[in-house]
Amino acid sequence: MPTIELDGVSHAYDNRRVLDDVSVTLTEHRIGVVGANGSGKSTLARLLNGLVHPSSGSVRVDGLDPVTQGREVRRLVGFCFTDPDAQIVMPTVAEDLAFGLRRHRLSREETAERVEEWLGFAGLAAHRDHPAHLLSGGQKQLLALAAVLITRPEIVVMDEPTTLLDLANARRVAERVAGLPQQVVLVTHQLDLLAPFDRVLVVDRGHVVADAAPAEAVSTYRQLMEGR
Amino acid sequence: MRTTLGLYRPGTSVLHRLPAGAKLATLVVAGVVSIFLRTPWSVGGALVVTLALYAAAGLGPLVLWRQVRPLLWLLVVLAAFHLLVSGWQRAVVVVGVILVLVLLAALVTLTTRTTELVDVVVRVARPLRRIGVDPERVGLLLGLGIRSVPVVVGLAGEVREAQLARGLGSSPRAFAVPLLVRTLRHADRLGDALAARGVDD
Ligand SMILES: Nc1ncnc2c1ncn2[C@@H]1O[C@H](COP(=O)(O)OP(=O)(O)OP(=O)(O)O)[C@@H](O)[C@H]1O
Ligand SMILES: [Mg+2]
Repeated sequence: MPTIELDGVSHAYDNRRVLDDVSVTLTEHRIGVVGANGSGKSTLARLLNGLVHPSSGSVRVDGLDPVTQGREVRRLVGFCFTDPDAQIVMPTVAEDLAFGLRRHRLSREETAERVEEWLGFAGLAAHRDHPAHLLSGGQKQLLALAAVLITRPEIVVMDEPTTLLDLANARRVAERVAGLPQQVVLVTHQLDLLAPFDRVLVVDRGHVVADAAPAEAVSTYRQLMEGR
Repeated sequence: MRTTLGLYRPGTSVLHRLPAGAKLATLVVAGVVSIFLRTPWSVGGALVVTLALYAAAGLGPLVLWRQVRPLLWLLVVLAAFHLLVSGWQRAVVVVGVILVLVLLAALVTLTTRTTELVDVVVRVARPLRRIGVDPERVGLLLGLGIRSVPVVVGLAGEVREAQLARGLGSSPRAFAVPLLVRTLRHADRLGDALAARGVDD
């Protein structure tokens, strides 16, 4: 697995510090991130592909610096956002899936084959020529996730990708995510998704306050939340 | 409120199967020809041809109406203006030409996958590479443009619903401000998503 390294990373939005001196080295296969609303999880995730630059400290993703080598890093890291609407860039379902493959310069057949595979994953085979904006919220989220995974990035970072999914789809996505061969960093409020994970970070007020196996980290997080 | 304005509708008609480049070229020719349409008869003829093309593509009156509806007020105002200022012939010509061109443009997007349109535009824009324009980016712009229409219409619908749900009347400012905020926020997130999907390279 690639190594993701944060060394003394702080981040401030207009002088308001939302991440404070975070140092972690992630080498595990599946890493979860939990924490209260506004604790800094999304900021942490965005550091990993250079969408946010650290105010101080350094980030290395497989040895690359997302600040100076943003392009290379983003080629390595697939990023799935919470809001699926903003991630869909083509008008129809199949076209949006194919969009991410354009820069891979695959043959027509290869592209079609992969699109087929991920249409199946998203349960959207019957909707291939459907306008993407007419899908339900959960279907859009599945499409957005499939659009990231179809490019086979080496590292997959997901920021609450399952918030709109029904039970069956959430379980399917959880299984699929757990089965991904790539390194996965998953930010989520759905704690049961983290059971098969190797390591879970608990973020609170800009600090990593716990860093352990899922059961232990989740119970620390619960205790933390009970006091609020 | 969800719209299907100008969005691809799968089909197997001749128009669907025609290469995207041919359709775009015809559209350009139609634009040039329209400059020379001066009489109500010629405009009426063009309109009949356009309607026949819709029928050939298997698109019914409902789809046709959806393409025209957003323009309706503009056309009414234009027609009224020309009726008063320059007579009915001119009114028919001006409104008719706009109608024909809008319908033809919509017909192209209705019968062609956006990806195919994007490919044509990328190909046509290739010579621009010499002056520093990235053709892929020009194509992307087109795709995003087509995709943005339903997004903004959808956002407008959301704002409207939120207003109604909160029992607010229809104040233009209470509508425009949140719509603008949402549109900007959407643009911001879209920018991030495009960067994340490697479009900034
Ligand atoms: N673009 C921004 N500009 C200014 N402040 C921001 C921006 N993005 C986030 N913040 C602030 O930074 C803090 C951390 O935000 P972040 O989005 O990282 O939290 P989070 O842990 O992901 O929360 P949630 O669980 O609600 O998604 C919050 O106080 C938020 O208000
Ligand atoms: Mg967040």
